Amino acid sequence: MKVKSPLEIYRLLPKTNCKECGYDTCMSLAAHIIDRSAKPEDCKPLVEDAKHDDEARQNLEKLIELTSPEIDEVIVGKDLKIGGEEVLHRHELTFFNPTALFFDVWDTMDDKEIDRRCSKVVGYRKFYVGRFLTLDGIAVRCTSGNPERFAEVAKKVAGYGSPIVLVSLNASCMRAALEAVGEHNPLIYAATLENWEEFLKLALEFKTPVVVRSQDLDALKSLAATFRSSGVKVVLDPVTEPVGEGLRETFERVIQLRRTAILGGDKEIACPLIITPIAAWKAEGDAVSRAYWETVIASLFIIKYGDAMILHSLEPYTIMPLIMLRANIYTDPRTPVQVEAGLREINSPDPDSPVFITTNFALTYYTVESDLTSGKIKGWLLVLDTEGLGVEVSVAGGQFTAEKVKELIDKTGVAEKVNHSYLVIPGLAARLQGAIEDETGWRVLVGPTDSGRIKGWLEKNWPPK
Amino acid sequence: MRLNLEEFFKLLSKYEIEEIEGLKLEGDIEIEIEEGAAIDVINEINLAMQHLMKALSMLGAAPVTPSLPSAPVPHREFRLLEEKFEPLPVKYSGTIQEVQLGAKRSEGGSRGSVVKLGGERSLPFYLFDSPQPNLPAIAIDVFDRPIPLPKAVREHYSDVMENPGEWAKKAVKLGADVVTIHLVSTDPLIDDTPPGEAAKVVEEVLQAVKVPVIVGGSGNKEKDPVVLEKAAEVAEGERLLLASATLDMDWERIGNAAKNHGHVVLSWTQMDMNNQKTLNRYLLKRLELPRESLVMDPTTAALGYGLDYAYTNMERIRIAGLKGDEDLSFPISSGTTNAWGAREAWMKDSPIEGDTSWGPRELRGPLWEITTGLTLSLAGVDLFMMMHPAAVAVMKEFMATLGGRKDRIETEDWVGVEL
Repeated sequence: MKVKSPLEIYRLLPKTNCKECGYDTCMSLAAHIIDRSAKPEDCKPLVEDAKHDDEARQNLEKLIELTSPEIDEVIVGKDLKIGGEEVLHRHELTFFNPTALFFDVWDTMDDKEIDRRCSKVVGYRKFYVGRFLTLDGIAVRCTSGNPERFAEVAKKVAGYGSPIVLVSLNASCMRAALEAVGEHNPLIYAATLENWEEFLKLALEFKTPVVVRSQDLDALKSLAATFRSSGVKVVLDPVTEPVGEGLRETFERVIQLRRTAILGGDKEIACPLIITPIAAWKAEGDAVSRAYWETVIASLFIIKYGDAMILHSLEPYTIMPLIMLRANIYTDPRTPVQVEAGLREINSPDPDSPVFITTNFALTYYTVESDLTSGKIKGWLLVLDTEGLGVEVSVAGGQFTAEKVKELIDKTGVAEKVNHSYLVIPGLAARLQGAIEDETGWRVLVGPTDSGRIKGWLEKNWPPK
Repeated sequence: MRLNLEEFFKLLSKYEIEEIEGLKLEGDIEIEIEEGAAIDVINEINLAMQHLMKALSMLGAAPVTPSLPSAPVPHREFRLLEEKFEPLPVKYSGTIQEVQLGAKRSEGGSRGSVVKLGGERSLPFYLFDSPQPNLPAIAIDVFDRPIPLPKAVREHYSDVMENPGEWAKKAVKLGADVVTIHLVSTDPLIDDTPPGEAAKVVEEVLQAVKVPVIVGGSGNKEKDPVVLEKAAEVAEGERLLLASATLDMDWERIGNAAKNHGHVVLSWTQMDMNNQKTLNRYLLKRLELPRESLVMDPTTAALGYGLDYAYTNMERIRIAGLKGDEDLSFPISSGTTNAWGAREAWMKDSPIEGDTSWGPRELRGPLWEITTGLTLSLAGVDLFMMMHPAAVAVMKEFMATLGGRKDRIETEDWVGVEL
């Protein structure tokens, strides 16, 4: 984004404080546009006036230009956004659109296997901080060289409803697939120095975004400039070489492209980057080594500027670290990950149900809450305001104290809801056992160090003897 | 998009417009067509024509409107725009302090090998900005008594857990550049091992291996300074890394022990850049600890459990150091073994309803340690404390690759082939 101050945005807004955008003042909208939680188009009167008034139209265009992201944002499928980044380091603002993860099928695979892989992609779920993490889409690769078969498989995969990348360097195969699934706005992979002209025509005809591919960055920039000047949305593939010096050079190309786009202001290559960790499957080694190495490449580029990826391994042991890494790297460092302190009722507890306590760090809270819920445990869960810190850190740092526990018990009135006075504290807060008993007069039981083990723990320890 | 006149006429000739009546041109004229629009050829020619007319009228020639083709066109020709990519160079003013762990006989110690940390002038592995003199080193954790470990880790060490010397030897065999001996038994709540006895274990480890040694306490704030001081005395001149000094303990005593006996101090803070700066300043300014005797541990959190904080904290510290903040331009150490605290690393499967199965934990666990370490290597970590042998091997391969220590290996393109 070119502007840094909300004043520069405010200048171009109507300044009527009409509240139609949902904010109280135009200045407030301007501030939200700056941190990208709102868009210029959210100003309804400006959009309306722009239809007939020249000055309004110019203001709106200027606003859109001033506030467009440093790296172009490209939509794949219905609404999967890739790119749109502003900064090189997440602490400078935040990263916006998490790396989109596409998993491959190929058209000489038998149909059952294609279905099995597609179902795995669309069905994948990992609970994390209050929500389920999921995968983004499917890359359909043409290995048959047969346009009809490629189109048939593309069609089948499109039936799963996920965003698609069509992978073939052959224009007639690509054309056949686009005729079958072009309406779903697939990303087409890839235009090269050899096939670019036909691919440009396809992109224009089917109005799809295109990956341009070359490890020669002059050629890559030439391709990008050519496609963009025709109005085509472009994703850059500087070619992922999976091992050795080739991988190091891939890292160099990726850093140079992103850094030159953001710091150097080179608009021609200010496009999303696609990385293909799948290339690891052509390196030496057994299946586990290759799956590991694919995960290594993917992790590297989730951290460093990969906006989309094509992967092969659908093993949960490789997917889970990747999606959690992606969740971590793309967490907005500006918003504290806290939940509200207080008392939560889990699975409709009764007066005999145990009382637990945890912290208001979102990660801790959601883990405990989901463990209790999934374990069908009835209980009262006290959530202590530890300023968003986890159990271990807040016990060490003095945000989790006996005094604060007493305050919370008093404030929530939990004593009136149960007919006992036993409090189960986290195993990691064991050293506070005595202090909490002294301070509150409750009997304190030290629970397990991991809430995943509460169920087994309760079987032995509840009701207390 | 740009057309020059020659191409313009080529375009017209394609549509059988042989000439434009009454028109005579002199000099170079360029016609510009607005960028960005995927307009069809007819519009393009109309637009080009407008520009041409405008150009001609400026030259004083009388414009004549030619008749344009109106039928749909079969295809359109494109030209590759020749561009040159100029990477933006980035230079930093600061250099990360180089710190040596271990000392050879000639240097007053008894190590067979030493490890140099730091020395960077760029972000990690940005060799195109500046060469990286030292790759990050890996230390493997050894404990002075058997401790509970996740199954996937324990099975590699169960035969040596009673014997720290043997454990240390095994660590070196599994690829450790450095061995960390954690004197956990000194904790008053565990065995309360006296400092003199604990120091004997340090001597035993120094005897057993030739690599540099890190000595860790138990985390007890009262006892660690005494234990580490005793270890420093018995290992005079070995350039141990004493782990760790923190703000809420007697850091002065640990710092002085390092200064007086030729060792290095690990300055440990809890994910707070300002505290890190403060503790480093205390050690450097108040104690006058030499700059080459300080390494920092800004705290490592596991993947999924605060790794984002750890990553960003370390990255900010490293960037500050490179930009010239002399209180923060030191090598960074990471307790990567913390990754095993994440339930995803060790638990048999998900306790949560609705999760896809997590897959075999013996494959998942090492990957958790790798991903945690790899992430922090990109933030600037110079020293990793790790445990799983497979994780150590993969991290070494990864860092040697990005560090430019590997040859080129050709691989087949994946695009059109079955896997």
